[in-house]
Amino acid sequence: MIEILVYAFLIIGLTFNLLASIALLRFPDVYTRLHGGTKCTTFGSIFLCGSVIIYNLREWLLTSSPSPLIMSIHTFIALVAILITNPTGAHAIARAAHRSGIMPARAVVDDLKKDREGER
Amino acid sequence: MKAFIVTSLVAFLVYLILTAGSGNLWLWSYEELLFGLMTASLIGYLSRRIFVKGNYRMLNPKRWILAIAYFIGPFFIAMARANLDVAYRVITGRIRPGIVRISPNLKTDLGITMLANSITLTPGTLSVDVDDQTNDLYVHWINVKEPALKKKPRDYRYVCGTFPDWVRRIAE
Amino acid sequence: MIQPFLISALVLLICILLAALRVILGPTVPDRVVGLDTINTLVIVSMILFGSAYRESIYIDTAIVYALLSFVTTIIIAKYLEGGKI
Repeated sequence: MIEILVYAFLIIGLTFNLLASIALLRFPDVYTRLHGGTKCTTFGSIFLCGSVIIYNLREWLLTSSPSPLIMSIHTFIALVAILITNPTGAHAIARAAHRSGIMPARAVVDDLKKDREGER
Repeated sequence: MKAFIVTSLVAFLVYLILTAGSGNLWLWSYEELLFGLMTASLIGYLSRRIFVKGNYRMLNPKRWILAIAYFIGPFFIAMARANLDVAYRVITGRIRPGIVRISPNLKTDLGITMLANSITLTPGTLSVDVDDQTNDLYVHWINVKEPALKKKPRDYRYVCGTFPDWVRRIAE
Repeated sequence: MIQPFLISALVLLICILLAALRVILGPTVPDRVVGLDTINTLVIVSMILFGSAYRESIYIDTAIVYALLSFVTTIIIAKYLEGGKI
């Protein structure tokens, strides 16, 4: 029963990570690529780490040796680190791209460009 | 003094979680506990001015319970929807991008950081820049809806739903 | 139960190759940085999967440190692109 859950989590996570890579290749400009690259890898990582945590918790319950429990705690900390750093990094790249003069392709509206021109 | 104690306690907790299972004093060994206490107080002394800025509202446990409820409930559902949305746009290639300015009226740095990260991970939006004076966010939107463009201060409900209300309850 | 984790790491390797294609092709510098950021996340996850497959928790400790260091790298490259002082 738990093995099926682990397999399902692995498949969902791998699907979203593959989707992120395809999004990187298919979208037209930096901002839309960031959409794909950030959201899908974060969501996929949640599921892949979740499968590792569930598998190790089951090992811990079966064998009651502490090392699988340590592994799942550390995986959880790595997951929290990914969750905090990934969107922040995406924000930094988007801001840097806009300030270095790359405008969104096929944009309908661009408030930031207007405001920055108004300041000058 | 209070800032020093809070920072070292948080650092010591992180150290304890990372070294769990190293010995037989319940879960930790004696040396690990002693060294962790020394390192944590050093870190707390060095960085007490960076992390705590004279405001201790985040010590209230009610805010932490609300934050956990927010991450498990509305945030996770919005994130799942975001990924299905991106999948749809990757396959069909149907996009209508633009950058809009929204004013969520948040005051603190922590609140604006949380909102910006939530916006980045939820459907079709990505925070690009922050106005330092007014705390307004510039959001790159992958599928701009027509009714949101009519008024000049854009209505944030089109972009991020009820997230600013949640963040206001948690962080302010 | 060891095999599924290794096979998943293999699929992640394909994802990394696709993202590396974006790093090579990318017309502008931010495009390349986006590709690099994606590769970093994928490497962290595959390290965790390897650690679970070989039952070594040291891989996962390395993954935590790698996550924090890659974040610092991304921030510093972004700061450099903005043209500010590092």
